[in-house]
Amino acid sequence: MTSKFRTKKVEVSYGDKKAIRDISLDIEKNIITALIGPSGCGKSTFLRCLNRMNDVIENCSIKGSIHLDEQDIYGPDIDPVELRARVGMVFQKANPFPKSIFDNIAYGPRIHGLASNDSELKDIVHNSLEKAGLMDEVKDRLNDQATGLSGGQQQRICIARAIAVSPEVILMDEPCSALDPIATAKIEELMSELCESYTIIIVTHSMQQAARVSKKTAFFHLGDLIEYNDTDKIFTQPENQKTQDYITGRFG
Amino acid sequence: MIRKSIQSRRARETRLKIYGITSICFALIMLATLLISIGLNGYSALQQAYFKLDISVNTEKFVDDSGAPDNNKMNLFNWDGLVQSALREFFPEVKDRDEKKELFAIISANAGYDLKEIIKKKALGSGSHTLSVWLHLSDDADQYLKGRLSIDIPEEDRRINNKQIAWVNSLVERDIAKLKFNKTFFTSADSREPESAGILGSVIGSALTLFVTIMFALPLAVMAAIYLEYFAKPGKITDFIEVNVNNLAAVPSIVFGLLGLSVFLSTFGLPRSAPLVGGLVLGLMTLPTIIIASRASIRSIPPSIREAALGLGASKMQAALHHVLPLATPGILTGTIIGMAQALGETAPLLMIGMVAFIIDIPTTFTSSATAMPVQIYMWSDSAERAFYERSSLAILFLVAFLISMNLLAVVLRKKFEKKW
Repeated sequence: MTSKFRTKKVEVSYGDKKAIRDISLDIEKNIITALIGPSGCGKSTFLRCLNRMNDVIENCSIKGSIHLDEQDIYGPDIDPVELRARVGMVFQKANPFPKSIFDNIAYGPRIHGLASNDSELKDIVHNSLEKAGLMDEVKDRLNDQATGLSGGQQQRICIARAIAVSPEVILMDEPCSALDPIATAKIEELMSELCESYTIIIVTHSMQQAARVSKKTAFFHLGDLIEYNDTDKIFTQPENQKTQDYITGRFG
Repeated sequence: MIRKSIQSRRARETRLKIYGITSICFALIMLATLLISIGLNGYSALQQAYFKLDISVNTEKFVDDSGAPDNNKMNLFNWDGLVQSALREFFPEVKDRDEKKELFAIISANAGYDLKEIIKKKALGSGSHTLSVWLHLSDDADQYLKGRLSIDIPEEDRRINNKQIAWVNSLVERDIAKLKFNKTFFTSADSREPESAGILGSVIGSALTLFVTIMFALPLAVMAAIYLEYFAKPGKITDFIEVNVNNLAAVPSIVFGLLGLSVFLSTFGLPRSAPLVGGLVLGLMTLPTIIIASRASIRSIPPSIREAALGLGASKMQAALHHVLPLATPGILTGTIIGMAQALGETAPLLMIGMVAFIIDIPTTFTSSATAMPVQIYMWSDSAERAFYERSSLAILFLVAFLISMNLLAVVLRKKFEKKW
């Protein structure tokens, strides 16, 4: 068991308001880790710390340390741009660029210079779509607007777009919250396939989803990490009363 | 109870609707009145009174010893005399010196010059030629033929006396004088004589000025907007800049003219009356307008697009340039075109930097002396001649048409570049 992320006493505050406190947890490599908890518990905030997307938000300050492969990602020698190429992100609302499907996938490789010529770029795009299980659906319309696809397809475009940069970690912030059960099933299936080569961290409101796809689960409540354990343990014999209450639907 | 309240609510709604329609109608009627009154004043400037002369010239007079055309000789030739003697053939009874003077006053003072230009353009071969040319009648004869000079007032108060009226009428009867399409208005620059004055000089002056304005203001404003939206750290300094940008939009335009006078002309020593300086001054004036429009447009782009780019490892700059800016383009363009329209109609700052000058040459470069359309209108409306009055009205119509088409362009561009997501 190797840790991909090692966080110690992470504390994030927006202005005077503390969003999360004292979060220390290690995230294992090549598995799916789920972050669950009621709304406003800080799980998305924590997720966004892992690729420094919180930097964009004004008056957001972060304390503690987060190490990716033993490297402090808030250290002075780390460029957030480089970090985000290693730690990709899929957002709650599918947000494809209003461009063609091809350009959406090709954008990451283009800005990072991952392809030296057009045919290499094409290969990357095709592989990413293949991995995202989208190739058969869109192969005839790579030049169509990505925004014209269905919601589930758009979200898989976003996943393919993240994969195209060959990240080590993919962060997913409630990727299925706006999708129907069929599209959700497809994305869950995709996650299970992807976790062989990527470390995936998913924030979800659906406890069934966490139970179905993840190997480890962390339960957040009001900015605190309440419990972090194997998913089976969390859902069958939680140690903490609050976890018990949440997963049985008594609050949240 | 409820039914009663619904009734009164409906009545209120109807009343509000009526108020709205009334105010729109009022605005439209005012606009229509304005345009119609200007149109009625200006339409006659589309025509100009011309007269036809048969003239004999011997081009051998205008060549130097080697036989090449000599402009100097051409300029020295007495063209006025040629026109005048040709005109006198129609009225052999005119002998008296004073009478002759009166006769020559019914044709344009520039008739000789115009004839020379016509001959020059024709590039006749060597030898003697007889050709019939159409030349301008004077502005007073022109106004009389258009019925714009009242002949009821006493002769001594009139700009055209009874004898001249008789001559003009006789020319018209003989089919030698008539109203024709006023091409000169569209092909020449300003002149002391209304019949030789045109708007082309000021249109080109305005075009050159606006080109400088857009080249100067658009990049600066867009960069400022991106910086303020995405890079500026919130704080006292940013607030200060923001307040000042908004204040700048409210500064009277004449102040920008004073700034241009003291900075561009006095300090940098740029040429006076030049479109370059006019463009810079108008650019400073429209800068805040474009900055405000661009910021609003950038802010209206969903943050998710920017987050998507940042999440892929795009730098802030790349996210702004690759994704936000293209999507914000329609809004920025609209703001820019509205700013440009504002600049096109602006007179006051141009007065301060000397663009209110009598310039008879069509400007060709950014530093040649030029005037702009609104300034031209201002100068013409200040002239005593009736003929300038109709010309300024027609020029106003052109300016308004120009502004309307610019605003239409803004709408079309907006529609074209707008993307749905």
